[in-house]
Amino acid sequence: MNTAVLRTEIRLFRREPGALFWILLFPTLLLVILGSIPAFHDHEPDLGGLRTIDVYVPVAVLLGLIVGGLQSMPQTLTGYRERGILRRMATTPVRPSALLSAQMVVYGAAALASALLALAVGRLAFDVRLPEQAFGYLVALLLTVLAALALGAVISALSRTTKIAGAIGSAVFFPAMFCAGVWMPVQTMPDGLARAVGYTPFGAAAEALNQAAAGDWPGWGHLGVVAVWIVLLTAAATRWFRWE
Amino acid sequence: MSVIEVSELRKTYSGRAVVDGVSFAVEEGEIFGILGPNGAGKTTTVECVEGLRVPDAGRVRVTGLDPVADHARVARVLGAQLQESELQAKLTVREALELYTAFHERPADWRPLAERLGLAQKLTTRFGKLSGGQKQRLFIALALIGNPRVVVLDELTTGLDPRARRDTWELIEDIRAGGVTVLLVTHFMEEAQRLCDRIAVIDKGRIAALDTPAGLIQRSAGATVISFTPSAPLDAHDLNALPALASIEDRDGRLTLSGTDETVNAVITLLARRHVTAHQLRVVDATLDDAFLDLTQEATA
Repeated sequence: MNTAVLRTEIRLFRREPGALFWILLFPTLLLVILGSIPAFHDHEPDLGGLRTIDVYVPVAVLLGLIVGGLQSMPQTLTGYRERGILRRMATTPVRPSALLSAQMVVYGAAALASALLALAVGRLAFDVRLPEQAFGYLVALLLTVLAALALGAVISALSRTTKIAGAIGSAVFFPAMFCAGVWMPVQTMPDGLARAVGYTPFGAAAEALNQAAAGDWPGWGHLGVVAVWIVLLTAAATRWFRWE
Repeated sequence: MSVIEVSELRKTYSGRAVVDGVSFAVEEGEIFGILGPNGAGKTTTVECVEGLRVPDAGRVRVTGLDPVADHARVARVLGAQLQESELQAKLTVREALELYTAFHERPADWRPLAERLGLAQKLTTRFGKLSGGQKQRLFIALALIGNPRVVVLDELTTGLDPRARRDTWELIEDIRAGGVTVLLVTHFMEEAQRLCDRIAVIDKGRIAALDTPAGLIQRSAGATVISFTPSAPLDAHDLNALPALASIEDRDGRLTLSGTDETVNAVITLLARRHVTAHQLRVVDATLDDAFLDLTQEATA
């Protein structure tokens, strides 16, 4: 990690209005829109007495992670490779890997900030209770950020051009959002589907976050699934990543 | 000690040898040119010197260090300007200069460098908004920012207007005057002839010739060019029998012959013997351009 590179990448990230909107604001905006639907404030017996808006806060939290890790980061990294920025840096005493790690820190931090914003707005605007098992929630959240970044790194590794990165990113984006419960929170999915989704990185993350939100320690099974994905995806990204 | 040593360098891409046994040594304080047609293997050769590519065979040393194994140490003594590379589009010129300054232990002050390269007015401009020439000058600045002992400049003045090109040449001469060794890849003959102490002509992955610019011209078959309009037609047989004749061309009655000084003398003798007057007689040394074409043609044949 090189601090000059990190500082530069933070500065450059702030100059990307698109990324700032979709990662930081969009998830919370979606939450606000859904929160203004009166029916979403009714307690649903199907959700164990929770309101629909309650289960959408974790969804909004995951959304920022998915947008940052799967859509924005691969675009940037692939562009850096495509345009020879990584090569240029390879001729300096600082290795181009500094650029990669800086990117991960920037997008990871942005995704976390987006998550905290969604939690705060949920609490203040819609009276959604903050996660009761705060430490467990944080552990689950950090693991999920890592999984999103690792998946993004795999997409960057496999895409030769920014166009391909965009295409793969979108192809993975919608299943990831589905698993995270954007259209149908995991709690409302039929049992078989919920079990299958529980083996995907974002499905397992959604379950872990929900458990921590409800005050339980997130299940080791779910955390374990996320951890295994992190290991597998990181290994794949390291193996397939090309510097040029 | 040679600053750069390349011996028997080989690099193959999908079965095709792009660099096929290239050897040369660049001495301290020298401006060494690598000249060659497109696709000759020039860039691959210098990329091996920069440590960006791993040679398939052969040995590359920069100040005695292996650019691949000792990458970090080589990067401290070698500054590079790559043929095709960019920076982040939204990075300003000043930020780029400051960022690359931070990469080095003993950096040069970027302000006079930016001034010298005409970038002082562009410090707040983003990279993506720079013209081709301005980008090129920024890359030259970044190559020099670490106070390197060697700079590798690949297609340095491509995209520069004639004025900026001349300014850049002066800068290169200044850099060398400061004791920095320069490895210059180019396809501009004028640039090579003006700047380089020695030139390696690379063609099809091999060194076709390695000499001073004057030496290259001298050794090429048509080092001297003689042209004139004869007052009466000359016998083709007589002309073809001229000693050391490299080429002959008849265009609307004007003859252009290339060869050596010996050819020139023989032409004058021939004209006197046939009582033919040579109108507008010109005898000039061939340029590096001619030598280059001659050398690379030879390798093709």
